[in-house]
Amino acid sequence: MSIELRKITKKFGEVTAVNDVNFAVNDGELVGLLGPSGGGKTTVLRMIAGLEIPTEGDIFIRGQRVNDVSVQRRNIGFVFQSYALFKNMSVFKNIAFGLKIKKWKPADIAARVAELIELFGLSSLEKRYPHQLSGGQRQRVAIARALAPKPSVLLLDEPFGAVDAKIRQELREWLVTLHHDLNVTTIFVTHDQEEAMEVSNRIVIFSKGNLEQIGTPREVYEQPRNEFVARFVGVMNVLETEVSGEIARLNEIEFPAPGHADGARLRIGFRPYAVQISNDLALLPYRAVLRHTFFLGILLRLELELPSGLIVRSRITKEEYAQLGLEDGREVSFQIKNYRVLASESAKLPPELEARYQSPPSIGENI
Amino acid sequence: MAGITKRQFTAGRAKSRRGTEESPFAKWTLISIAMAFCLVFLLLPLVNVFAQAFAKGWAGYWKAITEPEAWAAMKLTLLIAVVSVPLNVVFGLAAAWAIAKFEFRGKALLITLIDLPFSVSPVVAGLMFIVLFGLQGYFGEWLQQHDLQIIYAVPGIILATVFITFPFVARELIPVMQATGTDQEQAALTLGANGWQTFWHVTLPSVKWGLLYGIILCNARAMGEFGAVRVVSGNVAGKTQSMPLRVESLNDEFQGQAAFAVASLLAVLALVTLGFKTFLEWRQQREFELAQHAGPAEAEDSGIPITSKIE
Repeated sequence: MSIELRKITKKFGEVTAVNDVNFAVNDGELVGLLGPSGGGKTTVLRMIAGLEIPTEGDIFIRGQRVNDVSVQRRNIGFVFQSYALFKNMSVFKNIAFGLKIKKWKPADIAARVAELIELFGLSSLEKRYPHQLSGGQRQRVAIARALAPKPSVLLLDEPFGAVDAKIRQELREWLVTLHHDLNVTTIFVTHDQEEAMEVSNRIVIFSKGNLEQIGTPREVYEQPRNEFVARFVGVMNVLETEVSGEIARLNEIEFPAPGHADGARLRIGFRPYAVQISNDLALLPYRAVLRHTFFLGILLRLELELPSGLIVRSRITKEEYAQLGLEDGREVSFQIKNYRVLASESAKLPPELEARYQSPPSIGENI
Repeated sequence: MAGITKRQFTAGRAKSRRGTEESPFAKWTLISIAMAFCLVFLLLPLVNVFAQAFAKGWAGYWKAITEPEAWAAMKLTLLIAVVSVPLNVVFGLAAAWAIAKFEFRGKALLITLIDLPFSVSPVVAGLMFIVLFGLQGYFGEWLQQHDLQIIYAVPGIILATVFITFPFVARELIPVMQATGTDQEQAALTLGANGWQTFWHVTLPSVKWGLLYGIILCNARAMGEFGAVRVVSGNVAGKTQSMPLRVESLNDEFQGQAAFAVASLLAVLALVTLGFKTFLEWRQQREFELAQHAGPAEAEDSGIPITSKIE
C-alpha cells in the first residue's frame, strides 16, 4: 500500500471541499482522480502532497502517517497544472533544482539531469528558458523536474489541461509508457473522463467532495454505482419514467417493471451503443427520425427524435451507418437492448440514498 | 505595458487613415501642444539649471561644489539614501509578499496605509515627527534623559525620509508579485526547498526588475526630499543640511550660481535615474515580448521519443 487516505475531510471555512474520503493506492499504480471542477479532487491531491492540511483524518505514505510531515519531507513529486516552471532558470537548472536543494554532488546532478533529458526527449533544449518552450515541452520539463529527486509518488494536477488536443493524445500515451518504464506510483487529477479511462489503472470518482466510486475503468463504466457515475463516465440516455401496470413508461418508450407499484417513478439509463437501429421500420418496436449525425471518427453519434419529441442518443460504427443507408431526416426503427434502473423514487428513501445503497437492479444487464 | 500597446498600434496601421483616427489637424495640434508644454516647463528649466551653474565657468562651478558645506550636504544626502533605501527594500518586500500571497484581516487597511505618505504633505509628515520626538513631543523628555537626539539631527532626517519613501518599493512589487502568483514557490517547496531557499532562488529573481525599479524611484526621492527633511533637520549648514536644503539656503543668500551648481548635481541624479528607469522598462518589456512571441520552431511537434512503442 503506497498511499492511504483514511476518513479525510477538508473544510475551507464553512465550505466542505472533501468529505470523509477513504481510498488506497497500491505501489506502482497509475490512478486517476476524476470529477467535475469543484469536486474536491485537486484538494485531495494537494493534501497527499502536503500543500493542504486535512481538517480531519489521516494520510499514510508507505505506511508512515504523514499528517505532520512537511511538504519538503514527504518525498513526493508534484506537477502543477500551470507547470510552475521557474521562469528565471533554464531547462537544466529547473530539473536540477530539487537535486541542488538536496545537496547532491554536482557530478551526480549533471548525470541525473542528463539521464532525464534523454528519457524525456529534451536534448538540445537544456539551455532554453521556459518561455522558449512549447506547451508539451514545458510539461515534460515539469514532470522531469518532479521526478529528478526520485520521489516515491508522482502527483499530477490536470497534466493535460494546458496543451492542445493533438499533443494531449500523444502525452497521454507517453505518460502511460513513462509510468510503465519507471513504475513510480502516480496519481493524477483530471476532469476529462476519456483521459481518465485511457490512462488509469484505477479511477477514483469525486463529486461535491464525496468519493462516488473507485474501480478500474471497465468497472466504473460497466457497473456504475450510482447515477452520477453512470452519467459522468461516458454518455448515457436517462429517462424519467412512471410505472403503471408493472410497466415503466415515458411517452412511447416502455420498460418492464415487475414489482414496482403504480405511480412509482423510475430513472432509467442506457448507453448509446445499447440502442439498436434498423432501416426496416417494421422490424424494431420504436420509430424515430434521425435528426443529427455527429462524426466522432470511426464511431458516429446519432440523435433520434421520437414522434413525441423525446430525444434518444445512439452510437454506431461508420460501416453500420453505411450499410443501413442512413442520413439525416430518415425514419428508422430502434430498440433498447439493455438498460439500468438508476434510481427509483418511493416513499421510503430519498432517491440518491436508494440509488447508492440499493442492491444491483434486478432488471436489465450490466451496461 | 503602455509601450507595447503603442507599438502594436503603429505596427498595425496601414497607409490610409483609419476610420477611428482623428484628422491630421487635430493630431498635429495635440502633438504640438504636448511638445511645447514639455519644452517650456520641463526641458528649458533643466537646461537653465546647467546654464546658471556654469555662469562663472568651470572654476566657479568647482568651487561651489567643493565647499565644505556642499561636501557635508552631499555626504549627508548619500547617508540618507544608504540607510533609508535598504530599510524600505526590506519593508517593501515584506509588505508586498504579505499582500500578494496571503489573505488576512486588515489587508485593505495595510494597502491604504502604504499609500498614506503619498497623500500626506511632506511638511505635515515632518511635523508629525516633531510632535513625537521633539523636545515638547510625547517622547521628548525620555529621549533627552537618555541623551538621544532625533529631531534636528541625522536620525530624524532619516526617519522622515523613510516615511516619505515608504510606498515606492512596495507599490512596485505588489502587482508583480500578484501576477506571478504562488505556483513557483509551491513547486520549490515540493522539491524540498525551505522558505529562505524559495525566496532567494525563486521569488527574488522573478521580481528583480520590479524591485530594481522601486529601488531607483525610492533612491531618487530619498535624495531629493525637501519638505519633511526641512522641518525635522533644523537646516544647520555642514551638519543637518542635505543637498536640497543646501540649494534653498544658497538661493536665500543670493548665491545663485552656487545654488544652481549644487542643484545641477541633483539634476544629474534625476537624469541618471530617468535613464536607468527607461533601461529597466526596456529590459522588462523585452523579456515580456520574448515570453509572448518566442514560439519555438517545433511547437507543433511534441517531440516525444517513445510514442512508437505503443502502436
